[in-house]
Amino acid sequence: MSYPAPDISNLSAPYWEGLKGGRLLYLRCRHCGHRWLPAREACPRCLTAEPSWEESKGRGKVVSWVVYHLAYHEAFKARLPYDVTLVELDEGPRLLTNVVDSQAGKRLALGSVVYLKIEHEGELALARFSLEHPAGAREP
Amino acid sequence: MRGKAVIAGVGHTAYGKHPGRDRMSLIVEACRNTLADAGIDKERVDGVLVKMANAEPSFLYGQKVAEALGLRPRVGASLDQGGAANIALISYAAMAIEAGLMEVALVCYGDTPRTGTRAVYQRPRGDDAVYGWYSTAAGYALVHQRYRLEYGVPDEAFGAVAVACRANGAKNPHAHLRKSITLDEYLESPFLVEPLRRDDCCLLSDGAAAVLVMSAARARQLGIAKAVPILGFGQGQESWDVQLRPSLTTTAAARSADTAFHMAGLQRKDIGVAQLYDCFSVTPLVTLEDYGFCKRGHAGAFAAAGGIALGGPLPINTSGGLLSETGTPGLQLVIEGVRQMRGDANLPVGGERHCIVSNQGGTMHTHSTLILGRAA
Repeated sequence: MSYPAPDISNLSAPYWEGLKGGRLLYLRCRHCGHRWLPAREACPRCLTAEPSWEESKGRGKVVSWVVYHLAYHEAFKARLPYDVTLVELDEGPRLLTNVVDSQAGKRLALGSVVYLKIEHEGELALARFSLEHPAGAREP
Repeated sequence: MRGKAVIAGVGHTAYGKHPGRDRMSLIVEACRNTLADAGIDKERVDGVLVKMANAEPSFLYGQKVAEALGLRPRVGASLDQGGAANIALISYAAMAIEAGLMEVALVCYGDTPRTGTRAVYQRPRGDDAVYGWYSTAAGYALVHQRYRLEYGVPDEAFGAVAVACRANGAKNPHAHLRKSITLDEYLESPFLVEPLRRDDCCLLSDGAAAVLVMSAARARQLGIAKAVPILGFGQGQESWDVQLRPSLTTTAAARSADTAFHMAGLQRKDIGVAQLYDCFSVTPLVTLEDYGFCKRGHAGAFAAAGGIALGGPLPINTSGGLLSETGTPGLQLVIEGVRQMRGDANLPVGGERHCIVSNQGGTMHTHSTLILGRAA
């Protein structure tokens, strides 16, 4: 059974490599300070193309979520029902993810605080999240 | 631009399933019916504007449609804005006619997602597919969830949208789905991508539709009966993908409506009936708020109290909308608006007041608005 693969480009490779190394990275504009995901060359605020990769502290808040009751890809059939959750990192960038202990969304609320929990699907490292504060983690 | 252009004819195919027929055949049938409705010979048409087929975007698509129609137009093009494209094309037709680029334009759309491919609606959404992020429905589920929790909107309010549209569609002899539902049946319908239930989601329908646009002066000269004046139009684009935009519960529909009302020189109270894009039940609720018919967070209560039903203060989707008449995106709402303003709608409403129509594409990425006046 194939797991869906991201389309990794020169631009986005550091993001995926970062996850493999245990770090969630985002782009920050050296000119205006804006921070964003997903990877793009130019800052979407000031259009300067001078971004640098920064490491997120791995904490965010839930903006919204959905729960799939049908699978559009065979890789997700065994996970049903599963959540896809929109998280805003404390640093600002937003990303879609899964909250691993959300119990198919039942434990989520708007503004729930979640913490990065990197998980692997084969060779792929994913930026999933958890409602539990990881032991030994530092608060931002 | 107020009143400079009119919709001089409307037409469509049957809505539902057309096994074995391709979208081009359906578009030609819809255009043939539209020309017959206007009583216009095809040789007068010198503009062909077509919404890109959602299921299968292709190169030089507008020209392929003109070829199938046996026309060599002065102006021809296809446009991709998702579901907002049809009203956008009607407004571009009105402006190009006013500028003298063409005189008589067919605006048309057809597709076969029911018996052909529906893959676009089930697509992986970029790299986020690694988290299981698939389908058009999921984007709207994300909006629906945020909207219901941010404003404390009960499920019954979303149900009121489905119940109202399905009730109107059940009485429409042309509707794909002619089956009304009760609120209880809505609440019992299964979750697809929660919080979306099956009956929150529009139909997937084969079909095509078209409208004929010309100047008001040309319509008078040709003796068109019941030409419907285009009083105003507008657009607004959220553009950013749903997970990246700052707000999930407001959209650029507000700017689109403001532009259209300003052009028309009308107030919200001048609108007697609305055809609001209802790809999912949350969409018309947010549009009612963006358009200024309801305060933020109040559209659900307005709908639940019967505000959008037939006989309410602002009936919507009087032919059933995307939830019941046809999932074919956009033109059915314009056509129903035209029929309301001509007085030949199946369920006529609105007294002497005007009709507003919304079209919308993507996950509320794009929006377009049309205000129609009573036929002369």
